[in-house]
Amino acid sequence: MLKAVILIGGPQKGTRFRPLSFEVPKPLFPVAGVPMLQHHIEACAKVPNMKEILLIGFYQPNEELTRFLMNAQQEFKISIRYLQEYAALGTGGGIYHFRDQIVSGSPEAFFVLNADVSSAFPLTEMLSFQKEHGEPNSFVILGTTANRKQSMNYGCIVENEETNEVLHYVEKPSTFVSDIINCGIYLFNPDIFQHIGAVFQKNQQDMFCLAFAEKEPTNGWHRAEAIRLEQDIFTALAGQGKLYVYKTLSFWSQIKSAGSAIYASRLYLNQYHKTHPERLASNKEGGPKISGNVYIHPTANIDPTAMLGPNVSIGTGVTIGAGVRVRESIILHGANLQDHCCVLNSIVGWDSTIGRWARVEGTPSDPNPNDPYAKIDSETLFRDGKLTPSITILGCNVTIPSEVIILNSIVLPHKDLNRSFKNQIIL
Amino acid sequence: MKALILVGGYGTRLRPLTLSVPKPLVEFCNKPILLHQVEALVKAGVDHVVLAVSYMSELLEREMRVQEQRLGIRISLSHEKEPLGTAGPLALARELLNVDNEPFFVLNSDVICDFPFKDLLQFHRNHGKEGTIVVTRVEEPSKYGVVVFETDSGRIHRFVEKPQVFVSNKINAGMYIFNPSMLSRIQLRPTSIEKEIFPVMAEEGQLYAMELQGFWMDIGQPKDFLTGMCMYLQSLRQHAPDRLRTGPGFLGNVLVDPTAQIGENCTIGPNVTIGAGVVGARVRSHSWLESCIVGWSSSVGQWVRMENVTVLGEDVIVNDELYLNGANVLPHKSINESVPEPRIIM
Repeated sequence: MLKAVILIGGPQKGTRFRPLSFEVPKPLFPVAGVPMLQHHIEACAKVPNMKEILLIGFYQPNEELTRFLMNAQQEFKISIRYLQEYAALGTGGGIYHFRDQIVSGSPEAFFVLNADVSSAFPLTEMLSFQKEHGEPNSFVILGTTANRKQSMNYGCIVENEETNEVLHYVEKPSTFVSDIINCGIYLFNPDIFQHIGAVFQKNQQDMFCLAFAEKEPTNGWHRAEAIRLEQDIFTALAGQGKLYVYKTLSFWSQIKSAGSAIYASRLYLNQYHKTHPERLASNKEGGPKISGNVYIHPTANIDPTAMLGPNVSIGTGVTIGAGVRVRESIILHGANLQDHCCVLNSIVGWDSTIGRWARVEGTPSDPNPNDPYAKIDSETLFRDGKLTPSITILGCNVTIPSEVIILNSIVLPHKDLNRSFKNQIIL
Repeated sequence: MKALILVGGYGTRLRPLTLSVPKPLVEFCNKPILLHQVEALVKAGVDHVVLAVSYMSELLEREMRVQEQRLGIRISLSHEKEPLGTAGPLALARELLNVDNEPFFVLNSDVICDFPFKDLLQFHRNHGKEGTIVVTRVEEPSKYGVVVFETDSGRIHRFVEKPQVFVSNKINAGMYIFNPSMLSRIQLRPTSIEKEIFPVMAEEGQLYAMELQGFWMDIGQPKDFLTGMCMYLQSLRQHAPDRLRTGPGFLGNVLVDPTAQIGENCTIGPNVTIGAGVVGARVRSHSWLESCIVGWSSSVGQWVRMENVTVLGEDVIVNDELYLNGANVLPHKSINESVPEPRIIM
């Protein structure tokens, strides 16, 4: 049997996803119409012999997460449980802490997936690769090719080109090491806990020495249990004949900033042609004009003179008026887009209202379309003291009056704006 | 009676509109700028208008022939071979102006107001001196040259350029009436009437000021052109409200040529002028425009937003879903990218 672990992090993580992560835990933010996590769960549930999916994170149990898990269990007919860490334990510490839960029932292998990626999740291919390359108890990292410059923002993997063994691993190097990067998706077997355990023991010893020497209380990150898979485990395993990389050509992107959610939506919407054609809207008599890939929740109310797409996701209960234009955007549930307004490269928060003839526009942060290996840049919010032009984000319950323009701005929740804004964060 | 209009050069300040049409023929509130002035002059009894031009335009000459017929007056073009300033053109046209002993009007071609030519003539005859200039009140006199005069008689004492302490809030409105004797003060060379002629006349007690009632605007550049339009439409609201369009979808003062076509669910106004449909520009559905001038035969796509004194020259195409902020677009351009900050699109 197989299991899967999805690392969902906690409220202190995902700050680059503000103000949207104020309202909903980031893993539940809808991408291409369904919660980010659902794409992971769906991919795991498809793997033959998958018996259980465990979510590990440090969110307090909350209604949204509980409801999501209930629905997902029903939909995918698989056991899904949330295991809450007592503190942020890192990508290795979390699975180590819950190792008994993971190995119970004796799975021969388990996947570990980071929640903040969008991917085609070639999990079955990873399994076949693991069986074929001839090292029975080895671990597999999903890798993809990046361009030289961007590779340094990721974990970099040097492989033996014949065997795909990982010879060298380094997280976010300051000079170029390799253009193969870590996708944050792994295939492990219970042996991994010996390696994490060894690091845990060593940390504990170090801390005894440290505590005696300095007599200072240790803060969270000095816990022996806080272990990072990338720096603490992979770096050590590289070159030991235990760690392999499976390189995928299928789509993959991080979802760090809110801007990357629009890009990730585009990737998933495109995948729906194969996996969920029923989720893609089409031009119908009496329906709105659809251009490219568009997801519309059945409860949304859309005027037939509106024009949507490409890359648009419309959530539950959204109202879209006459002559509205939406392109490259995510419209969250309950939003109301009034007649003739124009929404481009933006995320419109829950229950927000955009007035007639208003224009809400952002600047896309898409990867260079002419570079097949380009990834989305996780831009800093400010550069040279100026807000970097990015997508426009309206937080929950924001009201935009008629006829104004909101350009490259982030509007925090519950604001009633009364004029145009450009390149600003509106508190 | 005669009048001289100082038309001058290429009207570069009103580009890109004046790249396609000579400035006097650019429509202001659906009528060429020059005709606003000429028609007002004709009403005051002028039967010979001299246009002082520093470049020749066939289009202008042809149009003036048509207007001569229509208005039953004579229109002459007095062509400066070199720029003669604001006074020199009077010397150049001396023979046309000095045929009888009647006073003549002189005006700058960029001025729009409720032209007070009848009152000006009356006022001028009453004081009996050589010249009268029309003055208008401004809010910030320190930006202009102001006129200091006796409130009761109108006799001008002096002119102060950009006063730092308040001396007057009246400025030269660019409209004058002179007796032909005044022409002897001007030589045929580049001369500024404001700086070289008026101070002397004032000193001799020969120059009077009449204050303009109502609005006044120098519409020589696009931003002021739009401000002038708002004032003109407000004046229409008071004096000829039936020329303004009202009804569902129209807000405030809106002037629409009868041949223009307006689609369903449009909201027009306040302060909008829409020209004739035949040579027409086109603005497609769901677009939003504020403080813009859309040039002849230009086309604005769907879901376009244009604002902040965006001026499209002739035959410009703005593609769908773009945002133009203060764009100044030269004729025959097709715009494919937004212009988020004001700039000139060559």
